[in-house]
Amino acid sequence: MTGASEATGDMQGVEVELSGLTRSYGAVRALDGLTLQIQPGELVALLGPSGCGKTTALRILAGLDEADAGSVTIDGREISRVPANKRDIGLVFQSYSLFPHLTVLDNVAFGLKMRGVGARERAGRAAEMLDLVGLATQSGRYADELSGGQQQRVALARALAIRPRVLLLDEPLSALDAQVRGQLRDEIRRVQLEVGTTTLFVTHDQEEALAVADRVGVMNGGRLEQLAAPAELYTRPATPFVAEFVGLHNRVPARVIDGWVRLWGQSVAALPGSVTEGTALVRPEAIRLTADPAGADTVQSVAFLGAVSRVTVALDDGSTVIAQVSGQTFEPGDRAHLSVESPGVLVVGG
Amino acid sequence: MKPLRILLWLLFAAFFLFPLYAMADFATRDLHAGGRTISAWVNLFADDALFAAIVASLLLAVLTVAAMLALLVPTMIWVRLRAPWANRLVEFLCLLPLTIPALVVVVGLRNVYLWVTYLLGESALTLTFVYVVLVLPFAYRALDAALSAIDLQTLAEAARSLGAGWTATIVAVIVPNIRAGVMSAAFISIAVVLGEYTVASLSGFQTLPVQIVEIGKSDGPTSVAASLATLIFGFVLLFVLSLVTRRRRP
Amino acid sequence: MRRLRQALPLLPFVAVVSIFLLIPTGTVIVNAFVVDGRFSLDLIAALFTEAPLAALLRSVVLSASSALIGAALGAVLAWLILSSAPTSLLRRAVLSLASVLAQFGGVALAFAFLATIGLNGVLTLWLQQLLGIEVASGGWLYSVGGLVLVYTYFQIPLMVIVFLPALEGLRSQWREAAVSLGASTWQYWREVALPLLTPAFLGSLLLLFANAFAAYATAAALVSQGSPIVPLLIRSALTSEVVLGRAGLAYALALEMIVVVAVVMVAYNLLVRRTARWLR
Repeated sequence: MTGASEATGDMQGVEVELSGLTRSYGAVRALDGLTLQIQPGELVALLGPSGCGKTTALRILAGLDEADAGSVTIDGREISRVPANKRDIGLVFQSYSLFPHLTVLDNVAFGLKMRGVGARERAGRAAEMLDLVGLATQSGRYADELSGGQQQRVALARALAIRPRVLLLDEPLSALDAQVRGQLRDEIRRVQLEVGTTTLFVTHDQEEALAVADRVGVMNGGRLEQLAAPAELYTRPATPFVAEFVGLHNRVPARVIDGWVRLWGQSVAALPGSVTEGTALVRPEAIRLTADPAGADTVQSVAFLGAVSRVTVALDDGSTVIAQVSGQTFEPGDRAHLSVESPGVLVVGG
Repeated sequence: MKPLRILLWLLFAAFFLFPLYAMADFATRDLHAGGRTISAWVNLFADDALFAAIVASLLLAVLTVAAMLALLVPTMIWVRLRAPWANRLVEFLCLLPLTIPALVVVVGLRNVYLWVTYLLGESALTLTFVYVVLVLPFAYRALDAALSAIDLQTLAEAARSLGAGWTATIVAVIVPNIRAGVMSAAFISIAVVLGEYTVASLSGFQTLPVQIVEIGKSDGPTSVAASLATLIFGFVLLFVLSLVTRRRRP
Repeated sequence: MRRLRQALPLLPFVAVVSIFLLIPTGTVIVNAFVVDGRFSLDLIAALFTEAPLAALLRSVVLSASSALIGAALGAVLAWLILSSAPTSLLRRAVLSLASVLAQFGGVALAFAFLATIGLNGVLTLWLQQLLGIEVASGGWLYSVGGLVLVYTYFQIPLMVIVFLPALEGLRSQWREAAVSLGASTWQYWREVALPLLTPAFLGSLLLLFANAFAAYATAAALVSQGSPIVPLLIRSALTSEVVLGRAGLAYALALEMIVVVAVVMVAYNLLVRRTARWLR
């Protein structure tokens, strides 16, 4: 891919800052003072349920929507007044964004044409971009002759062809089949790392966000709940919403004493932000299950997932928890004994 | 942008609504004494010939809808379930009336109709068959859309496995699930039949549009009143239809 | 043999369509070449004599004019409708009215115009009284010029019905993608929207032409005597077969009509098929 590197090697990421963005649609508050900084070359994922404001934020950054208050800064310059077609931003939509009447090559070259680049140079640079996403052989095709995954790769090439300062992706994988999604996700990350453009990736799929991003911002109701690296988000959620939205968890009644929680005979640290009395959120992989004929707990069902299994266990007090085990085999009816091994749990109210 | 839009709306409204207003005005004119009268509207019931024509047209509309549904619904269901190879053919035949002007059909119909009137008599109701053909394109599109929206295969198999014969399956299981399409096909067919003039006039039958033109030669207000009534009726039909059916577009 | 069993239930449908559509059409085509029971091209030749040729020319002019005006104004109206809310009552009402006017109102439209600018029409009287202008005298309404005006009354709604789906098919993502890639409004229209809409527009234009060419009811209701256009010439030929000295001229004229409409519809299909999938 040396050709591609030559074409893209001189792209340096720039810093992006959203500050105090607010946007309402009638009575609905789509964005409520969103503040976010993206480092040069970083890929930040905005994660949240529909209606949380992530797409609104992206559209405001792109210039397709206007904030009621707040500012958007790219590379140190405030761009709220700059019209959308002058912002030098690459945009990849969820679907249907390729121009159907143009070939793949012409699609990718479109942005260059708008900038007055000559025909031959346009074709050359577009071909390089297609090479970068592995579709050099499809340059003469039309959008409806390509699969969904291929279309999105063309969309990516088209967005990058103009050497944008920022790359925005609005749920680019949501309309694709599950199998294609994983491949394309990794492809997008590979290209982004190679090209080095500052990127904002919007999605509602937490697995996607955690897999692809340098940092993930979890949004809810127009606000940013937590912005952190994926591992941190997963193990040290800052709010109940983040803990519940990211990954699976069990809900166990608990009380915090001196910063510690007692779970099945062991003491586990309570994460900052925990309430004194409420429900502890325990990850399935933090629960240890040991086969024990005299154990107080009974295996109810087992879901075999390949590398791991999720075992539903009934406790002697009637409640159930889901434990994640690997390398052990359990049958429904087996008796077992629970313990927990975790750096910390969050205790939430309710 | 906004004021331009409002201006354009007003211009279009004026162009399209003014003649309707003019019709209402014309239809209530007293040509002899000046001033207003509703005698033109009363004539819709009082004038024997006109009333008979109205009844004939309405009956014709009902018959056409019944015949169209009885013919098209089973056929289209059968094609989807048992004879998919015939799909292009049926579609082609149903859309063909769009390409063959009604005028051409009536010119070529003379021989055929000699037989029809010989077998079935001279009533205007024999127009039903031709009208079924004329409404095919509209009815086909409406029914096709409705049938595409349901899982016909599964419904039919479920019904048959529970012991229903074909008639019961179609009438009791499938039709209730394509109600919107059936209504759409029916209402549009009614509108077509009530306004059809070409075939009726050139075949010598006294349907409503034919009668309107006849009367128009001697009694302007009445014919305008009847025309306006036809337009309003058609509009109400289609407007109600649009309220009842939901748009498919995502 | 299984094919036969599958095909049998289709018989009633095929029979009705054959008897009441295909056979009459075939009758017309065949009889256009038959005089006194023998094959002859006399009827076809008669199509090129003065009166039929003049009627053909006037039909073409009428159809083309009303199609062009209808297409242009209809496209504008379609855009206007799209700009309003999708489920609003206004939009439903306008589309219902468009359906009625476009497809089912032949005779009624004739009388609508008589009531407006006929001899005693409301507008006629207003213009007479207010401005002293005489519009209805001289039978302008019954000439080709008048017919063009009346025809636009159903051509515009038909254009709306046929072209609106194409306008709706213009996805917002295309506009936004173009803008994000640096296109100004003008560039977006020139490079994306117009190329996408042009085939649909031209196709609709052809459809309007065919619609006007084949239209009978409105002209027949307005013009009680004389036969300026082909459909009315057919009426004369049918109702008084002696009129042009040739029995069976109606068949030839009907054949002429089939040919013109068929050619236009084939062109329409070719145009639309390739590009329809863009705007689905």
